[in-house]
Amino acid sequence: MTARIVVLGGGVGGTLVSNLLARKLSRSAAEITVVDATGRHIYQPGWLYVPFGLEKPENLVKRERSLLSRKVRLVVDRVVKIDADARRVVLAEGAPLEYDYLVVAAGARLAPEAVPGYEEAAHNFYNAENALRLRAALYGFGGGTVVVGVADIPYKCPPAPLEFTFMLEDYLKQRGLRDRTKIVYLSPLNRVFTIETVSQMVTPLLEERGVEYRLFFNTESIDPVAKVVRSMEGEEEQYDLLVLVPPHRGAPVVVESGLGDQQGWLPTDRETLQVKGRPEIYALGDATDLPVSKSGSAAHFQAKVVADRIADAVHGKQPAAKYDGHVLCFLETGYGQATQLAFDYEHPPQPPRPSRFYHYEKMLFNRTYWYIVPRGIV
Amino acid sequence: MAVPEGISISKEIDARGSFCPGPLMELIRGVKSVQVGEVVSVLSSDPGSARDIPAWVQKAGHEFVGTFQEEGYTRFVVRKTR
Repeated sequence: MTARIVVLGGGVGGTLVSNLLARKLSRSAAEITVVDATGRHIYQPGWLYVPFGLEKPENLVKRERSLLSRKVRLVVDRVVKIDADARRVVLAEGAPLEYDYLVVAAGARLAPEAVPGYEEAAHNFYNAENALRLRAALYGFGGGTVVVGVADIPYKCPPAPLEFTFMLEDYLKQRGLRDRTKIVYLSPLNRVFTIETVSQMVTPLLEERGVEYRLFFNTESIDPVAKVVRSMEGEEEQYDLLVLVPPHRGAPVVVESGLGDQQGWLPTDRETLQVKGRPEIYALGDATDLPVSKSGSAAHFQAKVVADRIADAVHGKQPAAKYDGHVLCFLETGYGQATQLAFDYEHPPQPPRPSRFYHYEKMLFNRTYWYIVPRGIV
Repeated sequence: MAVPEGISISKEIDARGSFCPGPLMELIRGVKSVQVGEVVSVLSSDPGSARDIPAWVQKAGHEFVGTFQEEGYTRFVVRKTR
């Protein structure tokens, strides 16, 4: 019998899991279908560079078909509902798809409406359109106060607002605007970054570069008229230009199918990556409620586990692969330097001193991503 | 040590082994997602949580119900009060 495997989402996780399954399973053993609403694959980490004119959005997109194995069928359509009891996925246009195994790699949705005032007042670099709008705002900026932070928790790529702050400081210096600009970085926690060792490393860098920071600032609302951002801890900060990572919520299909928690994240087993109570459904990447960073890196390592487990099950074996919480990512610290964070559930990161080496490694990864990640070379 | 009777936990988050975003970030997320008066619990294996979590709870003006030591991890219990 041919196993029907349906994968929702053509991002890092969905594409890699499909290609790995295509490699592990013969055509007679499995029929693999990816459903993606746009048919375009976006390399999201590249958006960080767009506001500074260091990257163009068109370089960050490729056709999903071009990244998938020929053994994988791509359906470009919107998923309306997962009918988990009937093991069926309902599409907006096409016929429903029945599955034996479902992989939900549907990512997260930006939810600017979740924070009052956000849509009118805040900039971000979390999609191509917004990154270009921020690029224009920075280009027209003549000095004042720039406030950088996050609008809500959780969000994709925890280091991104800190990286943006470092790159902004560098950019303003190059533009001759640094003397006329106050930069304020808002951290939701009692240090500038969640990982203590990283925080100890980067706090002196912020101080050296004259970047002010506020701790325990969890955004509650924004007043676009008074140009003030307020925190749930009862403090406020005045801005001329506000850059806040937008609120994130689970994919609409997860919410509408009644499978997610209050914010739409899928309750997922931290090791097997199976959706709780639904062993035939796997979740990976941003869609899960796991306590690991919402990042392409987490999706990348999780995809290998999901592919191993489904392939074993199709072959009639007991799945053994387990996700150990592994994530590997970079943190840009400005002036062409970066550090690297590698950790799992058992091992905290031991970041090296920022250097040009890690910046170039990140740049190399950004360029070679298309050839090495979706195909499962790394 | 068990959570005292009469404390009904509305949401429990397993943040054991979480370095990024980390147990405090998971707790803040949890507190945001429940109603005033409800209780959130977070499981942490990070020794730093013993300092970080009560500090935020105090700063944000919520009620710190307590710290409960379990085998290999700690349960932090917080009531949302505002």
